[in-house]
Order: sequence, then C-alpha cells, then structure tokens
Amino acid sequence: MSAAPPVIEVKNLVTEFATRHGPFRAVDDVSFTLRRGKTLCLVGESGSGKSVTARSILQIVDPPGDIKSGKVLLHRHNTARGRQSGESVIDLAALNKRSSAIRAVRGRDIAMIFQEPMSSLSPVHTIGDQIGEAIRLHENVSKKEALNRAIELLRKVEIPNADKTIHRYPFEYSGGMRQRAMIAMALACNPGVLIADEPTTALDVTTQAEILTLIRKLQDDNGMSVLFITHDMGVVAEVADEVAVMRYGKLVEQGDTLPIFEEPQHEYTKMLLGSVKQLDRPSTRRLARRASNPPGDVLLSVDALRKEFHIDRGSFFRKTAPLVAVNDVSLQLRSGENLGIVGESGSGKSTLGRAILRVYDTNGGSVNYTGKDGVTRDLVTLDENQLKSARRELRMVFQDPMSSLNPRMTVAQLIGEPMLVNGMLQGRALNDRVAELLQMVGLPASAMERYPHAFSGGQRQRIGIARAIALDPRIIIADEATSALDVSIRTQVLDLLLDLQERLDLSFIFISHDIAVIRYFCDRIAVMYRGRIVEEGPTEEVCNTPKHAYTQALLSAVPHPDPRMRGTRVRTRYREPA
Amino acid sequence: MWIAFRRHRLAVFGLIVVGLLYFIAAFAELLAPFDPDASSARAVNHPPQIVRFIKTTPDGGWTFQPHVYAMAQKRDPITLATTFTSDPSKTVDIEFFGKGAPVRMWGTFEVERRLIAPKKSDERFYLIGADRLGRDMLSRIIYGTRISMSIGLVGVLMSLVLGVFLGGISGYFGGWIDASVQRIVEFKLAMPTIPIWLGLSAALPQDWPPTWRYFAITVILSLIGWTELARVVRGRFLALRTEDFVTAARLDGCSQMRVIFRHMLPSMVSHIIASVSLAIPMMIIAETSLSFLGLGLLPPTISWGVLLKEAQNVRTIAEAPWLFSPGVAVCIAVLALNFLGDGLRDAADPYAQEGR
Repeated sequence: MSAAPPVIEVKNLVTEFATRHGPFRAVDDVSFTLRRGKTLCLVGESGSGKSVTARSILQIVDPPGDIKSGKVLLHRHNTARGRQSGESVIDLAALNKRSSAIRAVRGRDIAMIFQEPMSSLSPVHTIGDQIGEAIRLHENVSKKEALNRAIELLRKVEIPNADKTIHRYPFEYSGGMRQRAMIAMALACNPGVLIADEPTTALDVTTQAEILTLIRKLQDDNGMSVLFITHDMGVVAEVADEVAVMRYGKLVEQGDTLPIFEEPQHEYTKMLLGSVKQLDRPSTRRLARRASNPPGDVLLSVDALRKEFHIDRGSFFRKTAPLVAVNDVSLQLRSGENLGIVGESGSGKSTLGRAILRVYDTNGGSVNYTGKDGVTRDLVTLDENQLKSARRELRMVFQDPMSSLNPRMTVAQLIGEPMLVNGMLQGRALNDRVAELLQMVGLPASAMERYPHAFSGGQRQRIGIARAIALDPRIIIADEATSALDVSIRTQVLDLLLDLQERLDLSFIFISHDIAVIRYFCDRIAVMYRGRIVEEGPTEEVCNTPKHAYTQALLSAVPHPDPRMRGTRVRTRYREPA
Repeated sequence: MWIAFRRHRLAVFGLIVVGLLYFIAAFAELLAPFDPDASSARAVNHPPQIVRFIKTTPDGGWTFQPHVYAMAQKRDPITLATTFTSDPSKTVDIEFFGKGAPVRMWGTFEVERRLIAPKKSDERFYLIGADRLGRDMLSRIIYGTRISMSIGLVGVLMSLVLGVFLGGISGYFGGWIDASVQRIVEFKLAMPTIPIWLGLSAALPQDWPPTWRYFAITVILSLIGWTELARVVRGRFLALRTEDFVTAARLDGCSQMRVIFRHMLPSMVSHIIASVSLAIPMMIIAETSLSFLGLGLLPPTISWGVLLKEAQNVRTIAEAPWLFSPGVAVCIAVLALNFLGDGLRDAADPYAQEGR
C-alpha cells in the first residue's frame, strides 16, 4: 500500500494554558500526519488534549491557551482542492491568530465541525443565510448564487426538501439535521481537510450511524482528508484508516487501524480496548450470581403509568394536545434483578424513572411497591409526606454527578443529609456511618471534608452512589449513571454497583441509551420508543434476536469496536407505522 | 469568587472606599474635630482653610506643626457683606489625637480624644468651611455619613428579607403563588416612585422624634426596593429548581423549607450580595433626594441630604460653594458602591470568567 501524500503534518506541537499554578501543557509534543483522502482518528478520554490539538491546527484555542512550539504544515498542493496550483507549504502555527492568512485557511482549506450543532449555529439566522455567508466569505459570488449553492449542499447532505428547509431556523431542525447542516456549511467551500470534533457524541446511535456514513460518502466523493476526534472506540472501528491514541496531552500510540485494534502495543491502548470489549458482553460476575441466587418476588410493579407535559397552553380558547412523555408503561421488577431501560433521547426513559419516584405528578396508572414491612402501597396515590418512607427504600443515582451534588456541601454533609433529615443518625454515629459508606464505594475517609469539585467524574459518581445506599434501600433507579464517565471508569462503576448488589441485596432499574452498558449490567431489558415500551425480555434474547423493528434498527446502528465488522451489517431505519 | 473579584481593579478600589466610609460612619465621634451642632456667630459662612505643615520661626528655623492661618471677619460698612481674609501672623495649631469637647461615644461613654483637634481647645478651624450658623462642615459631613450610609444598609436589609422570602416562594412553588407575587411586583413597579415617596413621607407626622422618622423613611424606601430583589431571587430559584441536586434533596426526604434554605439559597448567596450592593446606592440617593426636598429626614438629624438642603438657593452658589461638599460625599459613596456591586456581580457570574 503506497502511502497517500501528506496533507497536514503536525510536528512536535506543544500547546499550553496559562493557569494560576503556572503553565499547563494540554498538548505535549504531538506529531502526526494526515494523508489525502484518509481518516485519522484521534482517540482519548476526557482531558487527554485531543480537542485542543484539533483547535491548535486552526489556531482557535480558547485563551489563555497558546501554541508554544512545534509546526503545523499544510501541504496545500496535496489537497484535493489545491492540486492544480504549484507546490505550497504553509506553517499554520507560525501565522498570527488574527491574520488574514489564517482566516483564508479556515473554512476554505480546512473546515471544522463541532460536537454541539445547536450552539455552533446562530439561532437568529436561517440555515440558508448561514451557509450562504460561509460561501460568500471566501468566494466572490452573488447572494442568489450563494443560496443556490447552499440548497445544492443541503441536498448533498441528504436533507429532504432542501429548497424549502433552507429557509428554516436551526431550532426547527432535529439534532441530526442540524449536524447535517453544519457539515453542509463546512463543505461550503469544498475544503481539502475536515476536522470533526466529536461530531456524533450528542446524537442518538441511529442518527450517529447516518452521519458517519454521510461523512464517509462525502469524503470518497471529494477526496477529502478527515481528522476525526472521538472518545468512542466503536466509532473509531467504524471510520478510521489510522488511529492516534492520546493521553494526558501525549500521543501514546499511533498506526493503522487493524494493528492497533488487534495488537495494541501501549498499556493504555490495551486497557482502553479491554474495557470497551468487556462492556459489550454480559458480566460474568452477574451471571454467576444469578445462577446461585435467582431473582425473587416482584418488588415493584408499574401499571399503565402515564405522564403528560403541557408545553404551552395554546391560544386562549383552544387547548393544544399535551406531549405524552410516558404512555401507559407497564413494568415489573423482581428482587435482586437488574432491569435495563434503553431508548434514544426524548423516548421518555428518564421521565419514566422520575415518575416512578413521584418526582413528577403522574397522569394515571399505578406504581405498586412492596416495602420492607411487606405492605404494598400505590406510590401514585401517596402524598409528599407518606412518600418519605417509600423514598427511603427507593433511591436514585443521577446522570451528571456534578449537577446532582450540591457544590456548596462537603462530602460528609452530602452523604449524611438523607440520614440526618430522616432522623436516623446524628453527630458521631453519623460521621462513622459516612466513613463506612465511603469505604464501601471505594473512597478514602479523608474525602469527607472536601467539596465535590475536588474529585474526578468517577469519584463523584461514587459519592452519588454512597448517598443512594445511605438509607439502606432496596431499589436503586440509576438514570444514565455511567454516561458522563470515560469508558475505563464506566466498567469500574458498574462493577461497584454489582458488588453492592451482592452485599446489600439491591435491585436496579438502569436507564441508559448505551446498549453495551445495559448488556453488561442488566438481566432484563425494556426498549422504549416515544413514551412506549416496544419490546421487553431477557437481555441476551433481545440483543441477539430483536423482534420489534425499532429494536432491530437501534441494534444495527450501534458501532462495534471491531474494525473487521465494518460494513458487514445492514443498517435499517425504523419508521413508525402511521 | 474572591480571585475573580480581585481581577476587577475598580471594584477592589470601590471596596476600599466603601470600607472607609463605613469606618467613618462607625467612628464619627472620634473623627469629627468638633460638635456638629456647635454654632459660632463669628464663623458664619466661614470659607475653607488650607492646612499647612511646616511652621517657620522668625530666625529662619522650622518645625513640623500642622496649622491653618486664622481668618479675620470684616463687614463692609455699606453693603453689610461679610468677607474673610487670611491672617498669616495668627495661626491655629492642629494636633493629632488631641483633646476636644467631651462627647458620648455611641451614646454610652464619654470620649475627649479626637483624630484631629486644635491645640488650644477654645480655638476652631474649618477645613471645608462652615455653614450659615457657623457650624463646621467637616464635622457635619462626618456625622451625616452615619445616617446616610446606614439608611441604605438598613433599608436594603428590609428589602432583602421581603425580596428573598417572596421571590423564594414565588420561584420555588410556581403556579398561582408565583403568578400572584409577580402581579404584585409588577403593580409596584408600575407605580411612579417619586410621587409615592413624596406622598408617604409627607404623610409622616412632623412631631415624630428623629429616630422614628428615620425608621419610617427606611421602611418607605424599602417598600419599593424589594421588588427588584424579588425578581432576581425568583429567577435564580427557577433556574435552580430543575437542577439535579435539588431533586436529590427532595428524594432524600428534605422538607420544602430545608430544600429552599439549606440547599438552594447557599448557591445564590453571591448573586444576592451583588444585587444588594447595587441596591444600597439607590437607597442612599433616594434618601438624599427626599431630605433635600425637605420631606425625608429633618434637622436636627444630620444626613447628607439634610446638609444639601442648605445649598438650595443661588446665594449659596455665589457665596459659599463649599456647602455643596455633601454632594461630593454622595457621589463618592454611590460610585464606590456601584463599582463594588459591578465587580461582585461579574465575579458571581460563572459565564463571565471565561476568556478574561
């Protein structure tokens, strides 16, 4: 395989951020080469410096960040666009941040798309205006011509009815359509290089799969090079020609995709791939436990639970139809069992979890919970005071440990709060119990006097878990409890939950959009789509032989961390029967 | 937050000035050289005197001795206008921590020592002049600081209690409580402020003792002031209500009052401090304007507004411009508080900290 000519060469790049404690090196001596028509994936966990590296190329690092040394060579003559012109090599790192020279490169030679398309698009301009402006910035064309080019671009990124949708505003687009529009804007001037910074992270798996296919297709059409930044090994396996693994600002390993996946050299790469591969199958520990200790009686039985949201009251005389977030959902949870609820964003899975705990008032149905005292109560009919005893036995773990832990309380106060307000423990006894709980979730007792921001994401989630188990509960509802965490920490937290399940005899309702996590952790799975449960059954059965068309579509879109499986599966898109 | 605040130079400067003003207000008795009510027929509209530090002796030597030249009053025999002329041969020596007429400190114990006092206790000096009864303006302004700066603080404190409570329940409970509180706020905001102040303070009985009047004026001022605070607090509550940690507190079994005061309020303390420090200058200005119009505090109470009332006519501008000096004090206080408030608000805003 003869190597394609290099388009961008990054040589010994160093980017530093000035902080109060001296400079912080976000990118430390990074070198790589992006070749024509190829996709290079920059992989790493949060804080590894992969985004800063990408931004350094275009010199759009947020202050106080600055490139300290190194070179970023753009071989313009090697790009698909500049092939006709003579040899020209520009060192982008040497250009002034605000110079017209670097501005001419941005958008025309190198375009960039970001993770969150909503915040990258201006909310007060139509999509057409924004794409048109991108064209007119670099090329001298009339407004009308720019608009026609924009429509053509929207067609290229497969937006239906492009000539009409172009006059809409970003908020009228769905998440996937917005990202398509962003790609259209990036392609406006036919760039030689596309830098994609986590372009699919905010999207659902089915939409992600479509966007990945789209980028691949556009790349083949235009001979574009793509620098793809992601934390998701599944996506890497799907799109990468070459892989570069980053950690703490350093490049630890790089090479072609297959060798990296099959014979990783560096310890960190091995660990990263190991935790990804581990996640995609059932936990052996869980299976062993279930064999010796099968799930018992039904603890919680949800019947035709319904929750509607009235978005606006409509006009004065007419009521608009409410949004039905949870549409007559029925579920059962047995003691010692893990039930997974999977669905895409907006499917109502989080609302369901909160409705069971009566965070929201419901619009019908019942939630029958059999307490420790053996009495079965319908939580829907209880008032706030009567709910207190039930909420001691049903606890919740939240998605974002940062926002679910009060930033102004110490860890001891946070974990002690439920015991204190329920009048269970005080003073010394409370302190001892908090220390015991911290030890159970694998944190040192010295953590007690510190505030949550002093901890990493994984440690914060452990604090959240300690708070949940403080009242000796029987059921824990975990709402996307591992989604905000890096892959390597995800398995650790899941194993901790399994460990606690054995020690404290817990049952879990685990809400997630991530099938791999559910497969590892849950015994049964319920698939939610637009407020309804479309399929329910034992996890392996549903994952291997999905019956409902939506489940099939969902599973077909999940990227597998195995590059050999690339393109072997047929992707289907589920359309709701009218 | 302190680090972000320190980057705001003007705000730090404001903080220092505000601190100084409250220091003056607290220790007015020790800082003012004379009794603010002691009048003198020989010093009617006495102009300011310049402090000199070096005293020369006739033989050419010199000593460090702060002093002012005494001024002789002369009356024009035809127009009867009085003029003051400096007399370099007669000096009034000033000493630090000298003895003055005894006053009751904070109404409890007697003190004699002053920061600056004339060496001979029967002499007087007027660093920023005297008013039409020959009372020392410097001492009057220093005493006025106490009332003017505290009326803002006390008034804001009252609006704070009202605002946080009503804004809090409005934002937390929502629904009809929110709607009715907000309608009250809107109604209050729709009423023209100055006529209301005028009307209410004109309705106060003239024969009330000064302390009652003082209290009544603060109540009138804070009746208007709480609306803004209630809005700020409500907005923060609405934003915080959907945060996961508030849901978590509810699920922990906290009572609603505990959720509001233990979990939500601490996260907005910085915002409240910022809006309070922006509300104080409004109060100070309001008090000054009311007293200036003769509807707020009345003599013998001394506040900057009462002092400015002396400067209401054209004659003052022509003959004794130093009577405007309380206005300078108002400007300094209001500006310093505004700088401080701006700095606190910026420091409390998590979004403003990026890119600076």
